[in-house]
Amino acid sequence: MRETLQNSWIIAKREFRAYFATPLAIVFLTIFIALTGAFAFYIGGFFDRGQADLAPFFAYHPWLYLLLVPAVAMRLWAEERKTGTIELLMTLPVSPLEAILGKFFAAWGFIGLALVLTFPMWITVNALGDPDNGIILTSYLGSFLMAGAFLAIGSFVSAMTRNQVIAFILAATIAFLFTMSGFEMVQNALKTWLPEAVSQAVSSMSVLSHFERITRGVVEAPTLVFFVSMIVFWLFATVIAVDQKKAE
Amino acid sequence: MGALIEAHDLCKTFGEIKAVDGISLKVNRGEVLGFLGPNGAGKSTTMKMITGFLEPDSGRASICGHDIQEAPKLAKANLGYVPEGAPSYAEMTPRSFLGFIAEVRGVWGDEVRQRIAAAAAKTGLEPVLDQTIETLSKGYKRRVGVAQAILHDPPVLVMDEPTDGLDPNQKHHVRELIKKMAADKAIIISTHILEEVEAVCTRAVVINRGAIVADGTAEDLLHRITYHGAVSIRVPTERSDAAIRLLKEAQGVAKVETLDKANGHIHLRALPREGALEAARVAAVLRAQSIPIDELYVERGRLDEVFRQITTSDDMKRKKSGEGATNA
Repeated sequence: MRETLQNSWIIAKREFRAYFATPLAIVFLTIFIALTGAFAFYIGGFFDRGQADLAPFFAYHPWLYLLLVPAVAMRLWAEERKTGTIELLMTLPVSPLEAILGKFFAAWGFIGLALVLTFPMWITVNALGDPDNGIILTSYLGSFLMAGAFLAIGSFVSAMTRNQVIAFILAATIAFLFTMSGFEMVQNALKTWLPEAVSQAVSSMSVLSHFERITRGVVEAPTLVFFVSMIVFWLFATVIAVDQKKAE
Repeated sequence: MGALIEAHDLCKTFGEIKAVDGISLKVNRGEVLGFLGPNGAGKSTTMKMITGFLEPDSGRASICGHDIQEAPKLAKANLGYVPEGAPSYAEMTPRSFLGFIAEVRGVWGDEVRQRIAAAAAKTGLEPVLDQTIETLSKGYKRRVGVAQAILHDPPVLVMDEPTDGLDPNQKHHVRELIKKMAADKAIIISTHILEEVEAVCTRAVVINRGAIVADGTAEDLLHRITYHGAVSIRVPTERSDAAIRLLKEAQGVAKVETLDKANGHIHLRALPREGALEAARVAAVLRAQSIPIDELYVERGRLDEVFRQITTSDDMKRKKSGEGATNA
Protein backbone atom coordinates (compact mmCIF):
# COMPACT_ATOMS: atom_id res chain seq x y z
CA MET A 1 0.00 0.00 0.00
CA ARG A 2 2.74 2.40 1.05
CA GLU A 3 4.76 1.49 -2.03
CA THR A 4 1.73 2.05 -4.26
CA LEU A 5 1.16 5.52 -2.82
CA GLN A 6 4.83 6.38 -3.06
CA ASN A 7 5.13 5.32 -6.69
CA SER A 8 1.87 7.04 -7.62
CA TRP A 9 3.12 10.17 -5.95
CA ILE A 10 6.39 10.11 -7.95
CA ILE A 11 4.46 9.67 -11.20
CA ALA A 12 1.93 12.33 -10.21
CA LYS A 13 4.67 14.87 -9.50
CA ARG A 14 6.22 14.31 -12.92
CA GLU A 15 2.87 14.53 -14.67
CA PHE A 16 1.83 17.65 -12.81
CA ARG A 17 5.07 19.38 -13.78
CA ALA A 18 4.58 18.22 -17.36
CA TYR A 19 1.40 20.33 -17.55
CA PHE A 20 3.46 23.41 -16.80
CA ALA A 21 6.22 22.56 -19.27
CA THR A 22 4.22 24.31 -21.99
CA PRO A 23 2.18 27.52 -21.89
CA LEU A 24 -0.87 25.29 -22.24
CA ALA A 25 -1.36 25.11 -18.48
CA ILE A 26 -1.45 28.87 -18.10
CA VAL A 27 -3.77 29.19 -21.09
CA PHE A 28 -6.05 26.57 -19.61
CA LEU A 29 -6.15 28.16 -16.16
CA THR A 30 -6.83 31.58 -17.69
CA ILE A 31 -9.65 30.28 -19.85
CA PHE A 32 -11.15 28.36 -16.95
CA ILE A 33 -11.15 31.33 -14.61
CA ALA A 34 -12.34 33.75 -17.30
CA LEU A 35 -15.16 31.49 -18.44
CA THR A 36 -16.43 30.52 -14.98
CA GLY A 37 -16.49 34.24 -14.16
CA ALA A 38 -18.08 35.27 -17.44
CA PHE A 39 -20.81 32.65 -17.16
CA ALA A 40 -21.57 33.66 -13.59
CA PHE A 41 -21.76 37.37 -14.32
CA TYR A 42 -23.24 37.56 -17.81
CA ILE A 43 -25.37 34.44 -18.23
CA GLY A 44 -26.03 33.52 -14.62
CA GLY A 45 -26.92 37.10 -13.69
CA PHE A 46 -24.76 37.11 -10.58
CA PHE A 47 -25.58 40.75 -9.74
CA ASP A 48 -29.15 40.91 -11.01
CA ARG A 49 -30.36 38.08 -8.83
CA GLY A 50 -29.72 40.15 -5.72
CA GLN A 51 -28.74 37.03 -3.79
CA ALA A 52 -25.44 36.49 -2.03
CA ASP A 53 -24.59 32.99 -3.24
CA LEU A 54 -22.45 31.32 -5.86
CA ALA A 55 -25.24 29.29 -7.52
CA PRO A 56 -24.87 31.06 -10.89
CA PHE A 57 -21.13 30.41 -10.71
CA PHE A 58 -21.43 26.67 -10.10
CA ALA A 59 -24.43 26.11 -12.41
CA TYR A 60 -22.21 26.26 -15.51
CA HIS A 61 -19.44 24.04 -14.24
CA PRO A 62 -20.83 20.80 -15.79
CA TRP A 63 -20.97 22.44 -19.22
CA LEU A 64 -17.53 23.95 -18.92
CA TYR A 65 -16.08 20.65 -17.76
CA LEU A 66 -17.53 18.93 -20.81
CA LEU A 67 -14.89 20.66 -22.89
CA LEU A 68 -12.16 21.58 -20.48
CA VAL A 69 -11.71 18.32 -18.60
CA PRO A 70 -11.27 16.16 -21.74
CA ALA A 71 -8.66 18.71 -22.82
CA VAL A 72 -6.73 18.03 -19.63
CA ALA A 73 -7.20 14.26 -19.82
CA MET A 74 -6.54 13.66 -23.51
CA ARG A 75 -2.76 13.57 -23.26
CA LEU A 76 -2.56 11.27 -20.23
CA TRP A 77 -2.04 8.01 -22.15
CA ALA A 78 -2.40 8.92 -25.83
CA GLU A 79 0.83 10.91 -25.67
CA GLU A 80 2.72 8.12 -23.90
CA ARG A 81 1.68 5.71 -26.61
CA LYS A 82 2.44 8.08 -29.44
CA THR A 83 5.95 8.92 -28.26
CA GLY A 84 6.68 5.37 -27.10
CA THR A 85 7.44 6.43 -23.53
CA ILE A 86 4.77 3.99 -22.39
CA GLU A 87 7.29 1.23 -23.07
CA LEU A 88 9.72 2.93 -20.74
CA LEU A 89 7.10 3.59 -18.07
CA MET A 90 5.77 0.03 -18.13
CA THR A 91 9.22 -1.51 -17.82
CA LEU A 92 10.13 0.57 -14.77
CA PRO A 93 9.41 -1.09 -11.42
CA VAL A 94 5.98 0.57 -11.31
CA SER A 95 2.70 -1.31 -11.60
CA PRO A 96 0.15 -0.19 -14.20
CA LEU A 97 -2.25 0.74 -11.40
CA GLU A 98 0.34 2.99 -9.78
CA ALA A 99 0.99 4.72 -13.09
CA ILE A 100 -2.73 5.16 -13.76
CA LEU A 101 -3.41 6.54 -10.29
CA GLY A 102 -0.40 8.84 -10.49
CA LYS A 103 -1.50 10.30 -13.80
CA PHE A 104 -5.09 10.63 -12.68
CA PHE A 105 -4.17 12.44 -9.47
CA ALA A 106 -1.87 14.79 -11.34
CA ALA A 107 -4.70 15.78 -13.67
CA TRP A 108 -7.17 16.01 -10.79
CA GLY A 109 -4.73 18.16 -8.86
CA PHE A 110 -4.44 20.41 -11.87
CA ILE A 111 -8.22 20.90 -12.04
CA GLY A 112 -8.20 21.38 -8.28
CA LEU A 113 -5.69 24.18 -8.74
CA ALA A 114 -7.97 25.78 -11.34
CA LEU A 115 -10.85 25.61 -8.88
CA VAL A 116 -8.79 27.09 -6.05
CA LEU A 117 -7.82 29.96 -8.34
CA THR A 118 -11.48 30.97 -8.60
CA PHE A 119 -11.28 32.17 -4.97
CA PRO A 120 -11.88 35.82 -5.97
CA MET A 121 -15.50 34.79 -6.65
CA TRP A 122 -15.78 33.63 -3.07
CA ILE A 123 -14.21 36.82 -1.76
CA THR A 124 -16.52 38.90 -3.92
CA VAL A 125 -19.68 37.24 -2.71
CA ASN A 126 -18.55 37.47 0.90
CA ALA A 127 -17.78 41.15 0.47
CA LEU A 128 -21.16 41.85 -1.08
CA GLY A 129 -23.35 39.96 1.32
CA ASP A 130 -23.57 37.18 3.82
CA PRO A 131 -23.62 33.89 1.85
CA ASP A 132 -23.93 30.37 3.26
CA ASN A 133 -20.28 29.36 3.13
CA GLY A 134 -21.20 25.75 3.92
CA ILE A 135 -23.09 25.50 0.65
CA ILE A 136 -20.20 27.11 -1.19
CA LEU A 137 -17.83 24.56 0.29
CA THR A 138 -20.01 21.58 -0.65
CA SER A 139 -20.43 23.07 -4.12
CA TYR A 140 -16.68 23.25 -4.54
CA LEU A 141 -16.46 19.66 -3.34
CA GLY A 142 -19.18 18.61 -5.80
CA SER A 143 -17.47 20.42 -8.64
CA PHE A 144 -14.18 18.77 -7.79
CA LEU A 145 -15.77 15.30 -7.64
CA MET A 146 -17.55 15.90 -10.94
CA ALA A 147 -14.24 16.91 -12.53
CA GLY A 148 -12.77 13.68 -11.15
CA ALA A 149 -15.51 11.60 -12.77
CA PHE A 150 -15.01 13.31 -16.14
CA LEU A 151 -11.25 12.93 -15.81
CA ALA A 152 -11.55 9.21 -15.14
CA ILE A 153 -13.62 8.90 -18.33
CA GLY A 154 -10.98 10.94 -20.17
CA SER A 155 -8.22 8.75 -18.77
CA PHE A 156 -9.92 5.63 -20.13
CA VAL A 157 -10.53 7.12 -23.56
CA SER A 158 -6.97 8.43 -23.71
CA ALA A 159 -5.70 4.90 -23.11
CA MET A 160 -7.80 3.61 -25.99
CA THR A 161 -6.22 5.76 -28.69
CA ARG A 162 -2.89 7.29 -29.55
CA ASN A 163 -4.57 10.27 -31.16
CA GLN A 164 -5.21 13.08 -28.72
CA VAL A 165 -7.89 14.71 -30.87
CA ILE A 166 -9.89 11.50 -30.94
CA ALA A 167 -9.36 11.12 -27.21
CA PHE A 168 -10.72 14.61 -26.66
CA ILE A 169 -13.81 14.15 -28.82
CA LEU A 170 -14.70 10.72 -27.43
CA ALA A 171 -14.23 11.81 -23.82
CA ALA A 172 -16.37 14.89 -24.38
CA THR A 173 -19.07 12.72 -25.98
CA ILE A 174 -19.19 10.20 -23.15
CA ALA A 175 -19.16 12.97 -20.55
CA PHE A 176 -21.96 14.69 -22.48
CA LEU A 177 -24.11 11.53 -22.30
CA PHE A 178 -23.56 11.24 -18.56
CA THR A 179 -24.51 14.89 -18.17
CA MET A 180 -27.52 15.00 -20.48
CA SER A 181 -29.15 11.92 -18.97
CA GLY A 182 -30.25 14.09 -16.07
CA PHE A 183 -31.25 17.12 -18.12
CA GLU A 184 -34.91 17.97 -17.76
CA MET A 185 -35.59 17.92 -21.48
CA VAL A 186 -34.11 14.44 -21.86
CA GLN A 187 -35.88 13.21 -18.78
CA ASN A 188 -39.25 14.43 -20.08
CA ALA A 189 -38.67 12.76 -23.41
CA LEU A 190 -37.67 9.51 -21.73
CA LYS A 191 -40.73 9.53 -19.46
CA THR A 192 -43.11 9.65 -22.42
CA TRP A 193 -42.04 6.30 -23.83
CA LEU A 194 -40.15 4.50 -21.06
CA PRO A 195 -41.33 3.18 -17.70
CA GLU A 196 -40.77 5.49 -14.76
CA ALA A 197 -38.22 3.13 -13.21
CA VAL A 198 -36.02 3.24 -16.31
CA SER A 199 -36.03 7.00 -16.62
CA GLN A 200 -35.30 7.18 -12.90
CA ALA A 201 -32.37 4.85 -13.35
CA VAL A 202 -31.06 6.91 -16.25
CA SER A 203 -31.41 10.05 -14.18
CA SER A 204 -29.57 8.51 -11.24
CA MET A 205 -26.64 7.88 -13.57
CA SER A 206 -26.49 11.55 -14.39
CA VAL A 207 -23.62 13.69 -13.26
CA LEU A 208 -25.90 16.70 -13.56
CA SER A 209 -28.60 15.64 -11.08
CA HIS A 210 -26.04 14.61 -8.48
CA PHE A 211 -24.13 17.81 -8.94
CA GLU A 212 -27.28 19.95 -8.63
CA ARG A 213 -28.15 18.25 -5.38
CA ILE A 214 -24.72 18.82 -3.90
CA THR A 215 -24.71 22.51 -4.93
CA ARG A 216 -27.93 22.95 -2.96
CA GLY A 217 -25.93 21.90 0.08
CA VAL A 218 -27.22 18.33 0.22
CA VAL A 219 -24.30 15.97 0.70
CA GLU A 220 -25.82 12.50 0.65
CA ALA A 221 -24.25 9.09 0.58
CA PRO A 222 -25.71 8.17 -2.85
CA THR A 223 -24.15 11.24 -4.42
CA LEU A 224 -20.74 10.57 -2.94
CA VAL A 225 -21.01 6.90 -3.81
CA PHE A 226 -22.00 7.85 -7.35
CA PHE A 227 -18.99 10.07 -7.97
CA VAL A 228 -16.52 7.76 -6.27
CA SER A 229 -17.81 4.71 -8.13
CA MET A 230 -17.70 6.62 -11.43
CA ILE A 231 -14.02 7.37 -10.77
CA VAL A 232 -13.22 3.82 -9.64
CA PHE A 233 -15.09 2.24 -12.55
CA TRP A 234 -13.44 4.33 -15.26
CA LEU A 235 -9.99 4.00 -13.71
CA PHE A 236 -10.46 0.26 -13.59
CA ALA A 237 -11.44 0.39 -17.26
CA THR A 238 -8.24 2.37 -17.83
CA VAL A 239 -6.18 -0.44 -16.27
CA ILE A 240 -7.66 -2.88 -18.78
CA ALA A 241 -7.33 -0.47 -21.70
CA VAL A 242 -3.68 0.29 -20.93
CA ASP A 243 -2.91 -3.39 -20.64
CA GLN A 244 -4.64 -4.26 -23.91
CA LYS A 245 -3.54 -1.30 -25.97
CA LYS A 246 -0.08 -0.44 -24.70
CA ALA A 247 1.82 -2.22 -27.44
CA GLU A 248 -0.27 -1.09 -30.41
CA MET B 1 23.84 -18.88 -9.75
CA GLY B 2 21.97 -19.41 -12.97
CA ALA B 3 21.87 -17.17 -16.01
CA LEU B 4 20.92 -13.55 -15.35
CA ILE B 5 18.58 -13.50 -18.34
CA GLU B 6 16.57 -16.55 -19.17
CA ALA B 7 13.88 -16.96 -21.75
CA HIS B 8 12.07 -20.19 -22.23
CA ASP B 9 9.99 -21.01 -25.30
CA LEU B 10 8.58 -17.50 -25.77
CA CYS B 11 5.71 -17.24 -28.26
CA LYS B 12 3.71 -14.25 -29.36
CA THR B 13 1.08 -13.95 -32.06
CA PHE B 14 -0.36 -10.69 -33.34
CA GLY B 15 -3.61 -11.55 -35.09
CA GLU B 16 -2.62 -13.91 -37.89
CA ILE B 17 1.08 -13.23 -37.65
CA LYS B 18 3.28 -15.38 -35.51
CA ALA B 19 5.83 -12.78 -34.44
CA VAL B 20 7.85 -14.95 -32.08
CA ASP B 21 7.73 -18.71 -32.29
CA GLY B 22 9.44 -20.50 -29.44
CA ILE B 23 12.54 -18.52 -28.59
CA SER B 24 14.68 -19.75 -25.69
CA LEU B 25 17.95 -18.23 -24.59
CA LYS B 26 20.22 -17.71 -21.61
CA VAL B 27 22.64 -14.90 -21.00
CA ASN B 28 25.22 -15.14 -18.22
CA ARG B 29 27.11 -12.47 -16.36
CA GLY B 30 29.90 -11.11 -18.54
CA GLU B 31 28.14 -11.97 -21.78
CA VAL B 32 27.04 -9.48 -24.40
CA LEU B 33 24.50 -11.13 -26.62
CA GLY B 34 23.99 -9.65 -30.07
CA PHE B 35 20.50 -10.16 -31.27
CA LEU B 36 20.49 -10.21 -35.06
CA GLY B 37 17.79 -10.57 -37.61
CA PRO B 38 16.12 -8.88 -40.55
CA ASN B 39 13.54 -6.20 -39.83
CA GLY B 40 10.34 -7.79 -38.63
CA ALA B 41 12.09 -11.01 -37.56
CA GLY B 42 10.78 -10.64 -34.02
CA LYS B 43 13.80 -9.07 -32.30
CA SER B 44 11.89 -6.22 -30.68
CA THR B 45 8.92 -8.40 -29.75
CA THR B 46 11.24 -10.86 -28.01
CA MET B 47 12.91 -8.05 -26.11
CA LYS B 48 9.55 -6.62 -25.13
CA MET B 49 8.60 -9.97 -23.65
CA ILE B 50 11.90 -10.37 -21.83
CA THR B 51 11.53 -6.90 -20.31
CA GLY B 52 7.91 -7.49 -19.36
CA PHE B 53 6.33 -4.89 -21.60
CA LEU B 54 4.47 -7.57 -23.52
CA GLU B 55 2.97 -10.65 -22.00
CA PRO B 56 3.95 -13.76 -23.98
CA ASP B 57 1.18 -16.04 -25.27
CA SER B 58 3.21 -18.90 -23.86
CA GLY B 59 6.64 -19.40 -22.40
CA ARG B 60 8.31 -17.35 -19.71
CA ALA B 61 11.23 -15.04 -19.10
CA SER B 62 13.16 -14.15 -15.98
CA ILE B 63 15.65 -11.51 -14.92
CA CYS B 64 18.08 -12.50 -12.15
CA GLY B 65 15.86 -15.45 -11.36
CA HIS B 66 12.69 -13.37 -10.95
CA ASP B 67 9.91 -14.25 -13.36
CA ILE B 68 9.01 -11.10 -15.28
CA GLN B 69 5.29 -11.83 -15.19
CA GLU B 70 5.03 -13.32 -11.68
CA ALA B 71 7.33 -10.90 -9.86
CA PRO B 72 7.49 -7.94 -12.26
CA LYS B 73 8.74 -5.36 -9.77
CA LEU B 74 11.68 -7.45 -8.56
CA ALA B 75 12.60 -8.41 -12.09
CA LYS B 76 12.30 -4.85 -13.40
CA ALA B 77 14.33 -3.47 -10.50
CA ASN B 78 17.27 -5.51 -11.80
CA LEU B 79 16.79 -4.41 -15.36
CA GLY B 80 17.83 -1.44 -17.43
CA TYR B 81 16.01 -1.22 -20.74
CA VAL B 82 16.51 1.03 -23.75
CA PRO B 83 13.39 0.56 -25.88
CA GLU B 84 13.54 1.00 -29.64
CA GLY B 85 14.15 4.68 -30.44
CA ALA B 86 15.14 5.36 -26.81
CA PRO B 87 11.95 7.24 -25.91
CA SER B 88 12.02 9.83 -23.13
CA TYR B 89 9.81 12.68 -21.98
CA ALA B 90 10.60 15.42 -24.47
CA GLU B 91 9.51 18.34 -22.32
CA MET B 92 11.90 17.48 -19.50
CA THR B 93 15.62 18.19 -19.24
CA PRO B 94 17.96 15.18 -18.98
CA ARG B 95 18.61 16.18 -15.36
CA SER B 96 14.94 16.20 -14.35
CA PHE B 97 14.20 13.11 -16.41
CA LEU B 98 17.04 11.15 -14.80
CA GLY B 99 15.90 12.50 -11.42
CA PHE B 100 12.45 11.06 -12.07
CA ILE B 101 13.92 7.69 -13.07
CA ALA B 102 16.09 7.71 -9.95
CA GLU B 103 13.07 8.30 -7.72
CA VAL B 104 11.11 5.53 -9.40
CA ARG B 105 14.14 3.29 -8.91
CA GLY B 106 14.04 4.04 -5.21
CA VAL B 107 17.09 6.28 -5.08
CA TRP B 108 16.76 9.17 -2.63
CA GLY B 109 18.49 12.25 -1.33
CA ASP B 110 22.11 12.98 -2.14
CA GLU B 111 22.50 9.74 -4.00
CA VAL B 112 20.19 11.03 -6.76
CA ARG B 113 22.69 13.73 -7.68
CA GLN B 114 25.59 11.31 -7.58
CA ARG B 115 23.82 8.78 -9.77
CA ILE B 116 22.82 11.42 -12.31
CA ALA B 117 26.37 12.74 -12.41
CA ALA B 118 27.79 9.24 -12.85
CA ALA B 119 25.35 8.26 -15.61
CA ALA B 120 25.83 11.59 -17.38
CA ALA B 121 29.61 11.20 -17.22
CA LYS B 122 29.49 7.69 -18.64
CA THR B 123 27.24 8.71 -21.52
CA GLY B 124 28.81 12.13 -22.15
CA LEU B 125 25.61 13.99 -21.35
CA GLU B 126 27.14 16.67 -19.12
CA PRO B 127 27.05 19.55 -21.62
CA VAL B 128 23.29 19.20 -22.22
CA LEU B 129 21.97 18.21 -18.79
CA ASP B 130 19.86 21.34 -18.49
CA GLN B 131 18.46 21.65 -22.01
CA THR B 132 15.04 20.22 -22.72
CA ILE B 133 15.29 16.82 -24.35
CA GLU B 134 13.23 17.85 -27.39
CA THR B 135 15.91 20.38 -28.36
CA LEU B 136 18.70 17.77 -28.29
CA SER B 137 20.25 16.07 -31.31
CA LYS B 138 19.39 12.47 -32.06
CA GLY B 139 22.71 11.30 -30.65
CA TYR B 140 22.13 13.02 -27.33
CA LYS B 141 18.53 11.78 -27.13
CA ARG B 142 19.83 8.25 -27.59
CA ARG B 143 22.35 8.82 -24.84
CA VAL B 144 19.61 10.04 -22.52
CA GLY B 145 17.90 6.70 -23.14
CA VAL B 146 21.08 4.82 -22.32
CA ALA B 147 21.80 6.97 -19.24
CA GLN B 148 18.32 6.20 -17.98
CA ALA B 149 18.96 2.48 -18.33
CA ILE B 150 22.32 2.41 -16.52
CA LEU B 151 21.41 4.92 -13.80
CA HIS B 152 20.81 2.27 -11.14
CA ASP B 153 23.74 0.12 -12.32
CA PRO B 154 21.53 -2.90 -13.06
CA PRO B 155 22.94 -6.41 -13.46
CA VAL B 156 20.89 -6.83 -16.64
CA LEU B 157 20.79 -4.48 -19.61
CA VAL B 158 18.55 -4.85 -22.64
CA MET B 159 19.02 -2.39 -25.49
CA ASP B 160 16.98 -2.32 -28.66
CA GLU B 161 19.18 -0.92 -31.41
CA PRO B 162 21.16 1.40 -29.15
CA THR B 163 23.33 2.76 -31.96
CA ASP B 164 20.68 3.13 -34.65
CA GLY B 165 20.88 6.55 -36.26
CA LEU B 166 24.09 7.62 -34.56
CA ASP B 167 27.10 8.93 -36.42
CA PRO B 168 30.28 6.78 -36.44
CA ASN B 169 31.83 8.62 -33.48
CA GLN B 170 28.72 8.28 -31.39
CA LYS B 171 28.42 4.60 -32.33
CA HIS B 172 31.97 4.08 -31.23
CA HIS B 173 31.26 5.84 -27.95
CA VAL B 174 28.19 3.72 -27.17
CA ARG B 175 30.07 0.53 -28.04
CA GLU B 176 32.96 1.48 -25.79
CA LEU B 177 30.46 2.12 -23.03
CA ILE B 178 28.87 -1.30 -23.51
CA LYS B 179 32.26 -2.99 -23.52
CA LYS B 180 33.25 -1.23 -20.31
CA MET B 181 30.10 -2.37 -18.55
CA ALA B 182 30.14 -5.88 -19.96
CA ALA B 183 32.32 -7.57 -17.36
CA ASP B 184 29.80 -7.67 -14.52
CA LYS B 185 26.51 -7.53 -16.40
CA ALA B 186 24.43 -9.63 -18.73
CA ILE B 187 23.63 -7.54 -21.79
CA ILE B 188 21.42 -8.07 -24.81
CA ILE B 189 21.67 -5.66 -27.71
CA SER B 190 19.68 -5.97 -30.87
CA THR B 191 21.10 -4.62 -34.04
CA HIS B 192 21.19 -5.16 -37.73
CA ILE B 193 24.64 -3.67 -38.04
CA LEU B 194 26.88 -6.71 -38.21
CA GLU B 195 30.14 -4.97 -37.50
CA GLU B 196 28.65 -4.21 -34.11
CA VAL B 197 28.49 -7.88 -33.29
CA GLU B 198 32.20 -8.29 -33.94
CA ALA B 199 32.92 -5.07 -32.08
CA VAL B 200 31.09 -5.68 -28.82
CA CYS B 201 29.30 -9.02 -28.61
CA THR B 202 30.64 -12.17 -27.05
CA ARG B 203 27.88 -14.16 -28.68
CA ALA B 204 25.41 -13.69 -31.49
CA VAL B 205 21.94 -15.09 -31.96
CA VAL B 206 20.38 -14.78 -35.39
CA ILE B 207 16.62 -14.92 -35.53
CA ASN B 208 14.42 -15.13 -38.56
CA ARG B 209 10.64 -15.28 -38.69
CA GLY B 210 10.39 -15.51 -34.95
CA ALA B 211 12.77 -18.43 -34.42
CA ILE B 212 16.48 -18.76 -33.63
CA VAL B 213 18.39 -19.92 -36.72
CA ALA B 214 21.93 -19.55 -35.43
CA ASP B 215 23.61 -19.13 -32.06
CA GLY B 216 27.34 -18.78 -31.45
CA THR B 217 30.29 -16.41 -31.40
CA ALA B 218 30.94 -14.22 -34.41
CA GLU B 219 33.72 -16.66 -35.32
CA ASP B 220 31.32 -19.61 -35.16
CA LEU B 221 28.95 -17.82 -37.48
CA LEU B 222 31.75 -17.08 -39.93
CA HIS B 223 32.53 -20.79 -40.10
CA ARG B 224 29.10 -21.37 -41.50
CA ILE B 225 29.87 -19.51 -44.67
CA THR B 226 30.81 -21.81 -47.58
CA TYR B 227 34.06 -20.11 -48.47
CA HIS B 228 35.32 -19.70 -44.94
CA GLY B 229 39.00 -20.60 -45.03
CA ALA B 230 39.20 -20.27 -48.79
CA VAL B 231 42.18 -18.57 -50.39
CA SER B 232 41.76 -15.74 -52.84
CA ILE B 233 44.43 -15.24 -55.45
CA ARG B 234 44.97 -12.63 -58.14
CA VAL B 235 47.19 -13.59 -61.06
CA PRO B 236 47.78 -12.13 -64.57
CA THR B 237 45.07 -13.27 -67.01
CA GLU B 238 47.52 -14.86 -69.46
CA ARG B 239 48.59 -17.39 -66.79
CA SER B 240 45.06 -18.09 -65.54
CA ASP B 241 44.68 -21.53 -67.14
CA ALA B 242 47.93 -22.76 -65.63
CA ALA B 243 47.04 -21.30 -62.27
CA ILE B 244 43.60 -22.93 -62.20
CA ARG B 245 45.06 -26.29 -63.16
CA LEU B 246 47.74 -26.10 -60.48
CA LEU B 247 45.31 -25.03 -57.81
CA LYS B 248 42.89 -27.84 -58.63
CA GLU B 249 45.70 -30.35 -58.22
CA ALA B 250 46.96 -28.78 -55.02
CA GLN B 251 46.46 -30.67 -51.79
CA GLY B 252 43.27 -29.93 -49.86
CA VAL B 253 41.58 -27.88 -52.56
CA ALA B 254 38.03 -28.89 -53.34
CA LYS B 255 37.15 -26.43 -56.05
CA VAL B 256 38.44 -23.35 -57.83
CA GLU B 257 36.11 -20.47 -58.65
CA THR B 258 36.73 -17.59 -61.01
CA LEU B 259 35.40 -14.44 -59.41
CA ASP B 260 36.18 -11.68 -61.90
CA LYS B 261 38.56 -10.47 -64.55
CA ALA B 262 39.75 -6.90 -64.70
CA ASN B 263 42.77 -4.92 -65.96
CA GLY B 264 44.62 -7.97 -67.17
CA HIS B 265 44.21 -9.84 -63.89
CA ILE B 266 41.99 -12.71 -62.88
CA HIS B 267 40.62 -13.20 -59.37
CA LEU B 268 40.43 -16.85 -58.31
CA ARG B 269 39.17 -18.46 -55.17
CA ALA B 270 40.34 -21.89 -54.01
CA LEU B 271 37.81 -23.56 -51.74
CA PRO B 272 39.08 -25.95 -49.08
CA ARG B 273 37.95 -29.58 -48.83
CA GLU B 274 37.68 -29.06 -45.08
CA GLY B 275 38.92 -26.59 -42.49
CA ALA B 276 41.06 -23.79 -43.90
CA LEU B 277 43.70 -23.71 -46.61
CA GLU B 278 47.18 -22.66 -45.78
CA ALA B 279 48.08 -19.54 -47.72
CA ALA B 280 51.82 -20.33 -47.74
CA ARG B 281 51.27 -23.75 -49.27
CA VAL B 282 48.98 -22.39 -51.99
CA ALA B 283 51.52 -19.69 -52.75
CA ALA B 284 54.31 -22.23 -52.94
CA VAL B 285 52.38 -24.32 -55.50
CA LEU B 286 52.02 -21.34 -57.81
CA ARG B 287 55.53 -20.06 -57.30
CA ALA B 288 56.95 -23.46 -58.19
CA GLN B 289 55.71 -22.81 -61.74
CA SER B 290 56.81 -19.18 -61.47
CA ILE B 291 53.31 -17.79 -61.79
CA PRO B 292 53.43 -14.22 -60.49
CA ILE B 293 51.01 -13.60 -57.62
CA ASP B 294 49.57 -10.11 -57.34
CA GLU B 295 47.52 -10.74 -54.25
CA LEU B 296 46.80 -13.67 -51.96
CA TYR B 297 44.80 -13.87 -48.75
CA VAL B 298 42.73 -16.27 -46.66
CA GLU B 299 39.05 -15.39 -46.67
CA ARG B 300 37.27 -15.17 -43.35
CA GLY B 301 33.94 -14.36 -44.87
CA ARG B 302 31.93 -11.34 -43.89
CA LEU B 303 29.25 -11.45 -41.25
CA ASP B 304 26.64 -9.85 -43.42
CA GLU B 305 27.11 -12.63 -45.96
CA VAL B 306 26.66 -15.20 -43.21
CA PHE B 307 23.60 -13.31 -42.16
CA ARG B 308 22.18 -13.31 -45.67
CA GLN B 309 23.07 -16.92 -46.21
CA ILE B 310 21.42 -18.01 -42.95
CA THR B 311 18.26 -15.97 -43.22
CA THR B 312 17.59 -16.46 -46.93
CA SER B 313 18.33 -20.20 -46.97
CA ASP B 314 16.04 -20.50 -43.96
CA ASP B 315 13.33 -18.63 -45.86
CA MET B 316 13.76 -20.94 -48.85
CA LYS B 317 13.59 -24.04 -46.70
CA ARG B 318 10.41 -22.81 -45.11
CA LYS B 319 8.96 -21.99 -48.48
CA LYS B 320 9.77 -25.45 -49.77
CA SER B 321 8.41 -27.25 -46.74
CA GLY B 322 5.34 -25.04 -46.98
CA GLU B 323 4.81 -26.08 -50.61
CA GLY B 324 5.38 -29.68 -49.65
CA ALA B 325 2.72 -29.42 -47.01
CA THR B 326 0.15 -27.99 -49.41
CA ASN B 327 0.94 -30.62 -52.04
CA ALA B 328 0.52 -33.41 -49.55
